[in-house]
Order: sequence, then structure tokens, then C-alpha cells
Amino acid sequence: MKKVVSIFVAMLMAFTLAGCGGGSTSTKSNEGDLSGKISLNGSTSMQKFVTALGESFKEKYPNVNVEAQFTGSSAGIAALQKGTCDIADSSRALSDDEKNSGLIENVVAIDGIAVSINKANKVKSLKKQQLADIYTGKITNWKDVGGADEQIVVIGREAASGTRSAFEELLKIENQCKYAQELDNTGAVVAKCAATTGAIGYVSLDAVDNSINTMELDGAKATVANIKAGKYPLQRPFVMATKGKISKQNKKVQALFNYINSDAGQAIIKKVGLISAK
Amino acid sequence: MKYSIVGSNKTTTREEKAAAYIFIACAALSIIAVVSITAYMIISGTPAIFKVGLVDILFSTVWQPTAGKFGILYIILTSIIGTFFAVLLAVPIGLLTAVALSELVNEKFKKVLKSAIEMLAGIPSVVYGLLGILIINPAMYALERSIYAGNPHHQMTGGANLIATILVLVIMILPTLVNVSETALETVPQHLRLSSLALGATKIQTIFKVVIPAAKNGIFSAIVLGVGRAIGEAMAILLVAGNAVKAPWPFNSVRFLTTAIVSEMGYSQGLHRQVLFTIGLVLFVFIMVINIILSRILKKGEEDD
Repeated sequence: MKKVVSIFVAMLMAFTLAGCGGGSTSTKSNEGDLSGKISLNGSTSMQKFVTALGESFKEKYPNVNVEAQFTGSSAGIAALQKGTCDIADSSRALSDDEKNSGLIENVVAIDGIAVSINKANKVKSLKKQQLADIYTGKITNWKDVGGADEQIVVIGREAASGTRSAFEELLKIENQCKYAQELDNTGAVVAKCAATTGAIGYVSLDAVDNSINTMELDGAKATVANIKAGKYPLQRPFVMATKGKISKQNKKVQALFNYINSDAGQAIIKKVGLISAK
Repeated sequence: MKYSIVGSNKTTTREEKAAAYIFIACAALSIIAVVSITAYMIISGTPAIFKVGLVDILFSTVWQPTAGKFGILYIILTSIIGTFFAVLLAVPIGLLTAVALSELVNEKFKKVLKSAIEMLAGIPSVVYGLLGILIINPAMYALERSIYAGNPHHQMTGGANLIATILVLVIMILPTLVNVSETALETVPQHLRLSSLALGATKIQTIFKVVIPAAKNGIFSAIVLGVGRAIGEAMAILLVAGNAVKAPWPFNSVRFLTTAIVSEMGYSQGLHRQVLFTIGLVLFVFIMVINIILSRILKKGEEDD
């Protein structure tokens, strides 16, 4: 019996020790070829884009790992300032303070925020001011904006969400919104709008699907053409900020930005529902 | 002495000692975990209290983290009231189910009922949330529209409200209540039932006058465990509660302590994030109090026996 126990214990120890061995596999660098890693940190709204970019970039540069974390725009910018990442993904323009601290705002794409409503809703178009009034609780019934007699269910995102801060900032209604529901992801907003007759919500343009209708704002539909032309008011830049100019960055980071500007990079921007900044 | 099965220092081999140390280390792991979690909650939860002020956090009703307002009174009240009513509704159902299981039904039906309840306990909480979205929220929306039609003072919530959350919580804590109280009822000695019946009491009289009072400690601990489960639940109610910080009226969209942390942790930072840890600390204190009450009840039960 003792023997069995001791064998068991020895095996247990061996396993534990073996567990410590792995992990530190080093990447071998080839002369002339790029290798190592690029670390990105920032906006969760940019996750889809950054992940797709990283995968496709790795096909061209197999020895470069694009390591992306998605902690939120401000967290990413803070990490860049601390020097714990190479690029900060931000789904808002940088503030003056952030620019003064030496960060460069490289706009890589533009994201449109669509106003989503239930399919049964007859209202097709709103003025920007009416939208703001709905979200601040001044308008509470669809009949006040030309729709059916149906009370409005105001749906938004949770505080500190990039989409919410962009939405409130663009309408100049920061911290004045009276939400009936605060949901913690884009998919949930789409689902609630699809299921609730009186609902209104906001989501990234690329999250719009057939289950909901989108609202015209100031006479402009939420389309790529209108956003690029600057006609559609709810739009925000996707920024990949760097500390200092791109030309001052290491070769890997420069290669990444070159890749974004290449045809392959632009195709990815299109594929994930964004609008090219070029 | 050498071949004795009673261990002594002389007969203990190195392997035996090593094994003992490993077992003790495993046992110590949970103690270390509890101590470090407590320390971590206090360390990360207190800074915000000093920066914002305890009164401003606990007794203010305005939660606008992006504007620097961190009042969680409504959130605390929602957690208390939501849990209270969920338990209030679940206890009669759970207790009567437990009575049926242990006293009334035949073996065949008992097997079916028992496995149904075990399945209920095994369903992941997010599934309860989905069920709430698909069934309870639309029903609540219809009810809300018929009650508040044309009422400008009520903000339509689309059915995500306190009642919907309570209903989901009731279903979620039922298995805990049923299982623990059933165990308590089963341990009531058979001679008590027989004596009662021999004295001429009916079966139902016996259940309510003899069996349930005899099992009351176990039933109390079932209730306390149910309270603990309800107050700590996050995923299911995140989906049905609506998550706007409002006073906990039946048709308001509400936010609980747990969902306050879950829904905003992803993007928050700085003071906002610290306050979320403070909410965690408040929740932690609640759970600790519940655990202390539970251990008191269990101790009292031992003394009574």
C-alpha cells in the first residue's frame, strides 16, 4: 500500500514539474525577415477589425505575432503611454491632452453608428435633435415624431462603452440620457430592438442585420457613402495611435501600417463593415 | 510494535510523511484562497471609499460613472428587495415540493420529481436568462403596455423589469430550497410521525405540526442558502433585468450588485473601476453576513439535538 502511495506521489510530483518546463519557446529570427511581436491594446469595438487584420498580417509575415488585447479605448491609450503596448486602438478621436503627451492619432478607418428600431416601427427618419430628445426623455412616444401611438423603449449601452460615449458625445447629451435598458454588448441591443416593438437603440453600422431597421438621420441613411461624404452625423474614427510618428516606430509596426494601406488591408476594412479612411 | 497498524514516528516512512504534507497543503489551499480573496477585496475595494466618500457611495441614488457620480443606494436596495421577494415566493413552493417528496408521493413519482429537480439545478444560469428573454420579458412587456398605456410618467422598459428578474430568481433557487429542506425532512425520526398518527392526527396535521417543526433548522438553512444563491446570481438576471439604475419598483428596469460589476467591468477604468471593486466589497459583506447567519443556525441545530 505504501508503495502504491509513494508511486502515486512521485507521479504527481513529476507531472507538476513537467508543467513548469514548457512555455518559453523562443522565436528564431531570420536575417532580413521580420520577426517578433507587435502588441496592441484598446477598444473592444475594434476587436473584429484588429483580429482580422492580425490574422491576415500573419499570413504575409509568419514570424510576426500580432498580440491584441481589448480593454477599452482609454485603457489602451493609457497602456501606450506607459509603454506596455506598441499601438493603442481607440474608437474615438484622441483628446488634446493625449495628443500633447506625444501620441499620434492615425485614423485607419471610420465606423458609423446606426440607430436601430423594430421592424414594425413606421418612423423612417429623425432629426438629430429629435434623437437627442428621445434619449434625454423629452420625447417619450413615437406619435410625437410621426409614428404610431407607442411609448418609446430607450435602449443603450452600459457606461464606459465606446459606442455609448461616441453616441452621447456626437449628440452632445453626455450623462443626460435616460435609458430604460442598459445592455452590455452590441448583439444584445440588436436582439432587444428586434424583439421590442417600441424600442430604439444604437449599434455599430457593421452590426446591423436583417432583424432590425435603421433610422435616417437629418435625411441621410446610415450608409457607407453617406458616412464617407460626411452627410450622416453619427460616425467616429477608428484610431491606431502610436507614440511618435509611424516613421519613428520599429520595422514591424511600420510594416503593419503599410499593410493596412495596401489593397489587402483595405479589403479587410471593407470586410468587417468599416469605411476606409483613405 | 514494528508491525502494528497504529502509526508512530518510528514506523512512519518518508513517503508517508510526504503524502501527509501534500494532503495538508491541499487542505490549506482553500484557507489561503479565502484569506487572500478577503484581503484582496478589502485592498481593492477601499480606495474608492476614501476618494468618493462612504456616504456618497452607499446613500446616493445617482449612478453616473462617466460624470463622477457613484451612488449605489438603488443598486443595494434592488439586490435586497429582489432577493427578498424571490425567496418569499420560492420558499412556499420549495417547501411544499420537499414535503411532497419526502412524505406524500410514491417511490415511482418521487424518482421522476427528484430527477427533474436535479436537472433544474444543473441548468447553467445563462440558460435561465435566455428563457427569461424569450418568455418572461415579452409577457411583461405586454402587461406593462396594458397597465401604463398613455402614461407619460412611466418610462417603458420593454419588459425588462424587477418582476421578470424575481421570477427568474425564483426558478433558480428552487432546487437549492427543495434539496436542502427535503434532506432536513428525511432526517426527522420515523417514530415522531408514527406517534403523531397514533394519537389520531391526520397525515397533513402530522406534516405541519410535527415534521416541519422538527426539521425547522434544516429548512432555515435551506432558506439562507437560497438567499445566498439569489443575491450572488449575475448571469441570468443580467439578461432580464434591463440594467438601468432605477428605484426598485415592480415595473422599473433595475440593476443588482452583481450585474453592476459584470456589465461595466469590461470598459471601466480609474475611479470607476475602483468603485466597481467597492460594489464587490459590499456584495462580499452581504454574503459573509449570510454565511455567519447560516453557521449560527447550523450550530444551534446541533445544540438542540
